[in-house]
Amino acid sequence: MKSKLRSPAPGALGPKVLLLLALLLPVWPALAQAPGAQPEMAEVLRQSGKIYVVVAVIAVVLAGLLLFLISLDRKLSRLEKEIGEER
Amino acid sequence: MKRNWWKALTVVLLLYVAVAGLLMPVPRLAILNESIRNLYFHVPMWFGMTAILVASVYYSVRYLRTPTPALDIKAHEAARTGILMGCVGLATGSIWARFTWGAWWTNDPKLNGAAIAMLIYGAYLVLRSSFTDEQQRARVSAIYNIFAFAVAMPLFYILPRLTDSLHPGAGGNPAFARYDLDSDMRLVFYPAVIGWTLLAFWVAQLATRISVLKLKVYEKQIA
Repeated sequence: MKSKLRSPAPGALGPKVLLLLALLLPVWPALAQAPGAQPEMAEVLRQSGKIYVVVAVIAVVLAGLLLFLISLDRKLSRLEKEIGEER
Repeated sequence: MKRNWWKALTVVLLLYVAVAGLLMPVPRLAILNESIRNLYFHVPMWFGMTAILVASVYYSVRYLRTPTPALDIKAHEAARTGILMGCVGLATGSIWARFTWGAWWTNDPKLNGAAIAMLIYGAYLVLRSSFTDEQQRARVSAIYNIFAFAVAMPLFYILPRLTDSLHPGAGGNPAFARYDLDSDMRLVFYPAVIGWTLLAFWVAQLATRISVLKLKVYEKQIA
């Protein structure tokens, strides 16, 4: 009851409270961000420019085309063998 | 596999070029910015085209000395692959020009020379398709192929150097100096040239083998 009546005058905060605030306030933004920052991990493919995504896409396209060339090459070799053998 | 090691090399080089070409450090230049990386993709098209057209002329000369259908097919398919590379080179150059020089096409000696050279090679395809007799077609197109090469190479590489040009590698005798190719870019550019050139030869070889097979099947049907 007593404490409620004694409204604190400005500047009456105890040095202990001030010290606590001084220690905690700088950490506040970090605390606020913590939940949001959790899913966004610093993985290579999520870096801001996302150029790595483009690199990956181009690499996949190129790999697909080259694989197609390789399979075409093999099919041709088989056909050449077949036609060569029939003679 | 022993005879196909160069195809494996092609795959390795091209995948390396795709990744390293986009990620390796490049000089920071005004106007060009990151588009300097086009050097790894646009320029090798022309290197590959030149190499495969040299091969085509080689087969044409050999055909004229000893006419066999196989040599004619090789010369034709190599020329076709070269034309494909040239068209891709023109298209990529056009896109690059739009965003650095501000226009899809400029009346630049290098560009116009390349366009005329491609038209000359286009006429090669038209000429070829206008014969019904195979031997006549093979002989005339071999002769025209040699002529086309002799006209196209000055248009690509000599005439643009006699005048001023926007295009690097033209005007005076700059060769590689104007690219200001630093050691980082060389690490990607040379593999790119080798890789894309080998790819051209691979495509030409596949096309040749298909044509040879077609010929064999056709001969068998006649016999």
